Amino acid sequence: MIQQYANPARFNRLAATLMPWFAWPAGILIVVGLYFALFNSPPDYQQGDTVRIMYVHVPAAWMALFVYTSMALSSAVGLIWKHPLAHLSAQAAAPIGACFTFVCLLTGSLWGKPMWGTWWVWDARLTSVLILFFLYLGFMALQNAFDDPARGERSAAILAIIGFINVPIIKFSVDWWNTLHQPASVVKMSGPAIHSSMLIPLFMMGIGFTLYFCALLLLRMKTLMLARRARGMSMAQLHQQTAE
Amino acid sequence: MSALVLILRREMRLALRQIGDSAIIVLFFVLAAVLFPFGVGPEPNMLARMAPGVVWVTALLAAMLSFERLFTPDFEDGSLEQLALGPAPLEMVALAKAAAHWLTTGLPLMIAAPLIAVLYRLPDSGYGALMTTMALGTPTISLIGTVGAALTLGSRRGGVLLSLLVIPLIVPVLIFGTAAIDAAIGGFPVRQHLMLMGGFLLGALVLTPLATAAALRQALE
Repeated sequence: MIQQYANPARFNRLAATLMPWFAWPAGILIVVGLYFALFNSPPDYQQGDTVRIMYVHVPAAWMALFVYTSMALSSAVGLIWKHPLAHLSAQAAAPIGACFTFVCLLTGSLWGKPMWGTWWVWDARLTSVLILFFLYLGFMALQNAFDDPARGERSAAILAIIGFINVPIIKFSVDWWNTLHQPASVVKMSGPAIHSSMLIPLFMMGIGFTLYFCALLLLRMKTLMLARRARGMSMAQLHQQTAE
Repeated sequence: MSALVLILRREMRLALRQIGDSAIIVLFFVLAAVLFPFGVGPEPNMLARMAPGVVWVTALLAAMLSFERLFTPDFEDGSLEQLALGPAPLEMVALAKAAAHWLTTGLPLMIAAPLIAVLYRLPDSGYGALMTTMALGTPTISLIGTVGAALTLGSRRGGVLLSLLVIPLIVPVLIFGTAAIDAAIGGFPVRQHLMLMGGFLLGALVLTPLATAAALRQALE
């Protein structure tokens, strides 16, 4: 099934079909979710209105981990089965993931200032997310560091798999260490510790961000494929000119 | 196993002929550490407080400088391909390279570390922990750095890129290394920090040769 979509034309057709199914719900969910988050959800009894930062911060953090996981998975698929689109998908996902991580760090910082009285603390959760950000940057830098693009994407794929070790560390950092960052309150055994009036907009934002990522990933993969083809064509043209 | 010893001997012989390369790394380590008192002022209590962190951070930076040339000469003159074609598994080659790197860089850094600690007036109770954490941490750094060196082999701007890849991965070693020394100075138990560092070392010992070998295969493909 997965090998079938190694054909770029077939993949493009699939992507074109799927795109509106990702893009429209993503737009609608984010707009409606933001409306609920900003205007139609209760302020926190301790944090007041600053709690509304959560509706961007938490989904961005989820996405930072989710995108990295998808990147590591497609890197593994690329290395093991040499699937031609797998490396492309990792390459397309990396900048998106880096942006989500940056948004997570930025909103966290803005939230930390009024709540903790500081933009930044060196606790385990914050530090491990910062390392995730550097891993994204390292992945992109490594990918572009070689004259042979194929070598770059294979090297970067190995790095993505090695760096995956950081993902569980981020997830469990709030349980393993005594951090200023609060422990998990949505996904836990005893059920979420958040009232549904806040949980519903949070999930809307989370699903919206995920669909937005899927749409953007397809778009970027298509762009990268076209860029690759354009480069191939100009190379061929150059070749022809020199031959004449 | 004999392959491991053979490669190690070859590496050591090459390193001893160019002993200056290791000496420069140690010199950088000492110089970088000496810079801090100029920057922050020579107040003894503050220097003593900073000592574990400065020793560890400068040791890491010095080690970063040494990884770039780990595989490059062998890659350029074709001996790496010979090693890959030979009967020894590439994982073994990777392990031998990391061991040679530790002997030529990690060990000298470890020997120089107490010197810097003296300059920073590290309290006497910290020296045991300093040497133990260095003994556990520098091999881990050598192993992880070997992966970075293999990943960036043949790239443009290898050295800076290598640091960008390796530094995030060795942050845990730094955290627990300095935490152990701080604990020893403060009279707290050191054991759990050392056990974690031992765990990192064992994990790296098992996993990094696989990653290095995979990266080398990509480089030679």
